[in-house]
Amino acid sequence: MSQDSPLLEIENLHVSYWTRAAEVPAVIDFSLTINEGDTVGLVGESGCGKSTVAMAIMNYMGANGSIKSGAIRLRGRDITQLSQNEMRILRGNEIAMIYQEPMSSLNPAMTVAQQLMEVPMIHQGATADQARSASEQMLSDVHIPDPSRIMASYPHQISGGQQQRVVIAMALLANPSLLLLDEPTTALDVTVEAGIVKLIREIASKYKMTQIYISHNLGLILQTCERVCVMYSGQAVEEGSISNLFSQPKHPYTHGLFNCIPLPQTDKNDAPLIPIPGQLPLPHERPTGCTYGPRCRAFKIDVCDQQGIPYEHIEETNQHVRCRRWSEIKPNDLIPDKVAMENAQIGDIVLDTKNLSKHYEVEGTSRTFSTMLGFKETVALKANQELNLSARHGETLAIVGESGCGKSTFAKVLLGLETSTSGELTHDGAEIGRISVQERQQTQLAALQIVFQNPVDTLNPSHTVGAQVGRVLKKFGISHGKIDTREKTLELLAKVKLPDEFYYRLPRQLSGGQKQRIGIARAFAGKPTLVVADEPVSALDVSVQAAITELLMEIQREYGTTLLLISHDLSVVRYLSDRVVVMYLGKIVECGSRDEIFEPPYHPYTEALLAAAPIADLRVKKRDIILEGNLPSPLDPPKGCPFTTRCPRRIGDICDTTPPEEQISADGHRIACHIPLEELSQIDPVFAITE
Amino acid sequence: MATTHADLVAKKPRRGLVAVLMNLRESWVGMIGLAIILFWVVVALLAPIISPYDPLAIQTPFAKPGSPAPDGGVFWLGADHLGRDVLSRVAWGSRTVLIYAPLATFCAYLVGILMGLMAGYRRGWIDILLSRVGDIILSFPVLLLYIIAIQEFGRSNLNIVIAIVFGSAPGIMRIVRGLTLDIREREYVAAAQVRGESNWYIMLTEILPNARGPLIVDACLRLGYVIITIGILGFLGLGLPPPDPEWGGMISETRAMAMIFPHMTLAPAIALSSLVLGFNLMADGLRETSLKD
Repeated sequence: MSQDSPLLEIENLHVSYWTRAAEVPAVIDFSLTINEGDTVGLVGESGCGKSTVAMAIMNYMGANGSIKSGAIRLRGRDITQLSQNEMRILRGNEIAMIYQEPMSSLNPAMTVAQQLMEVPMIHQGATADQARSASEQMLSDVHIPDPSRIMASYPHQISGGQQQRVVIAMALLANPSLLLLDEPTTALDVTVEAGIVKLIREIASKYKMTQIYISHNLGLILQTCERVCVMYSGQAVEEGSISNLFSQPKHPYTHGLFNCIPLPQTDKNDAPLIPIPGQLPLPHERPTGCTYGPRCRAFKIDVCDQQGIPYEHIEETNQHVRCRRWSEIKPNDLIPDKVAMENAQIGDIVLDTKNLSKHYEVEGTSRTFSTMLGFKETVALKANQELNLSARHGETLAIVGESGCGKSTFAKVLLGLETSTSGELTHDGAEIGRISVQERQQTQLAALQIVFQNPVDTLNPSHTVGAQVGRVLKKFGISHGKIDTREKTLELLAKVKLPDEFYYRLPRQLSGGQKQRIGIARAFAGKPTLVVADEPVSALDVSVQAAITELLMEIQREYGTTLLLISHDLSVVRYLSDRVVVMYLGKIVECGSRDEIFEPPYHPYTEALLAAAPIADLRVKKRDIILEGNLPSPLDPPKGCPFTTRCPRRIGDICDTTPPEEQISADGHRIACHIPLEELSQIDPVFAITE
Repeated sequence: MATTHADLVAKKPRRGLVAVLMNLRESWVGMIGLAIILFWVVVALLAPIISPYDPLAIQTPFAKPGSPAPDGGVFWLGADHLGRDVLSRVAWGSRTVLIYAPLATFCAYLVGILMGLMAGYRRGWIDILLSRVGDIILSFPVLLLYIIAIQEFGRSNLNIVIAIVFGSAPGIMRIVRGLTLDIREREYVAAAQVRGESNWYIMLTEILPNARGPLIVDACLRLGYVIITIGILGFLGLGLPPPDPEWGGMISETRAMAMIFPHMTLAPAIALSSLVLGFNLMADGLRETSLKD
């Protein structure tokens, strides 16, 4: 649908930030042409400059940033030359932006109506009545049910997905010609994300609106865009149409990115991920020549380290690439020799639960006579209901579900941070569900450890790496005395592939991936039998994710540890796990081996999750399943099947009234659904790989 | 291991108070504050050398600044109503204030930090109890509390320190409690809990060091307040017992004649306010530099 008149031309853009110490170049020599009606993806890891490009287009750089040189032309008009006042008119009217965090994009003190109506009233001089009807119309266009109720709500009264839809509606109200989307779904759950992505696609085709979609996720880019530009360390390294770039990437970095993503074809033993070695250079430490050079497997001295690498245009495929050797490199040069891995030995059952439940007592919301008198009414929040699962030595068990499904509560009970309400939870045959962490034996403590999600928070900023790892060794009696502790700490650091210098580093001197390595070292220091990995890579960059995933598995194999992987990312789950438990609203809805989960018969919720997960592979064809409605409140869950309110395969009243029994197939695959297994097995697979 | 311990130690980062002071170099406001404080510390340390006379020696009453002394020397800042050399008394008085103000602040911090950590980390009834007790103390005018306490228990160095701890600890507790409530939710605290660390270990090793930034700034400000408080108590005649020179007491003793002989009152007043100003400027500087980290 692109007509060949350029809407936006960015030419040799240089953007810098000034810090106390020096000038930090954030975007270097960036050129991009976007035609009217195009949807272009900007993809890259954190710090690559993709958001800075968006800010430069808005000409909104903050106090310490500025456009050093280059031009940004919107319909031929250079917006870097506009005054603040002219720019203000342009923003909103011509260019609108949607940010990552919907809650902070909306003003919590104003109703949705006030915030939406502002747009037509300020930009188009509409009257209040016109603005109100336009806003309501726009809300129903972005598929918000019951727009008049949402209009009267404050942002905190609606769900995250609805908030983001309101933000999108707000951006669309001024009918801009260019829409900038900066990671618009990163803060949302995967099934909600799928709905927003569908909406964004719909907007592109319905309004013929030009879009720039910024993301770190190649799978999302594939779903939303026609062209894509890959950025690395402030530069555009490759640009082309989705079909060309995804099938024949030219730049070694693009290759590297694809090798880092767990696709359906990758397998942890036979076709493992190939991490990109090294890490992103800091802006003031960029190497001369190709900035990717030090991490590139096709690096050639005297070619790649020379200044001024041109951004070459490849005529036949209409691609741009910034690499001197792109025509000589073969994809195989970029892959190290493969070593087939063996799965860890699967042993006896190490973890077992029987009807495990965890209820929290929370204050009720109902207003009755007695609550008005100050008698507090407590309601049970059923975070975990009747969980039955088990894990064996050396196995990776994944617990999948969206926020609020109870997967983290289960981990807390397992680690003793909470105690169970009823049911059994045994570890190596001993009941631990009711024993809080303070009362556990030291051997039990050492046996159950955790790798946390957030690298920023996982290490104590006040203590050195050595002290934090050493403390675990001492605490669990692995080392005795100062010298022994130091040596064993250094051994552990080597195991997570960090050099000795890190011993006296403070966490703030480490990158996210390095902090996560220390987190892994700390968890494995006490030689645990079971490690909970709570979204261990979700906060990391793609190239780092692969390295951490591989490291985690390597250590697991060596120690024969059971890994309890808690995740919402199905591609990571498919890659890492042996068995999978799918949870929804505190209950297990499906449980089985990895292959059983990823192939029919599915539980309808699993089916929706699989359909929602973006896959960065052109050959994968997926069905669209968009869940309606919101997650029910865990305080007032549906009486029957927990999924009944959103289930696309709901069969009738039985779903609302009767909780489904688990249907167990011969090989132990369990599905809690009223639809008979035979019928569920007839369903087509959610995605198919076409060659 | 190829790396020796010495190699590693060489790479040990600079931390704690040294790092805080190194950062302070970037704020000129903070450096001025530090200079004023260091000036008074030097004066206190060198009081025996600086003071030309015994601060208690009675010589020429009401001598003007610069007037000759009986022994041929000069009263650089004059003499007070009893004929004692003001310069010597101000110099010796700096010792008193620089010993008791930090001591009282330090004790108040010990108590306040322990209470704040307990309230913030343990929560539950202990939090309710400590917070309410703190609220009750804070709801009284502090000065009134001091006056009642000291009149009740008598005028002594120890009682002044106790009174200041009593009045300051609840405020410190509130700050520490707030910081603790935030820090206890961090994952490194959960990691410590999961490996079965004791509550005290978690409070003192995992939480407290990460609360230090705001606490150092507050301590600096609070030190200024404590200096003023000691001065006020001295002025009200409830301060450190005579005859040792003490700035608040000096102002109080001479204030009746301040209109005629202002030098007697002004010298200790300027000394007092400059030291307080020093601590305030340093607190500003610390806040500025700690925000940059």
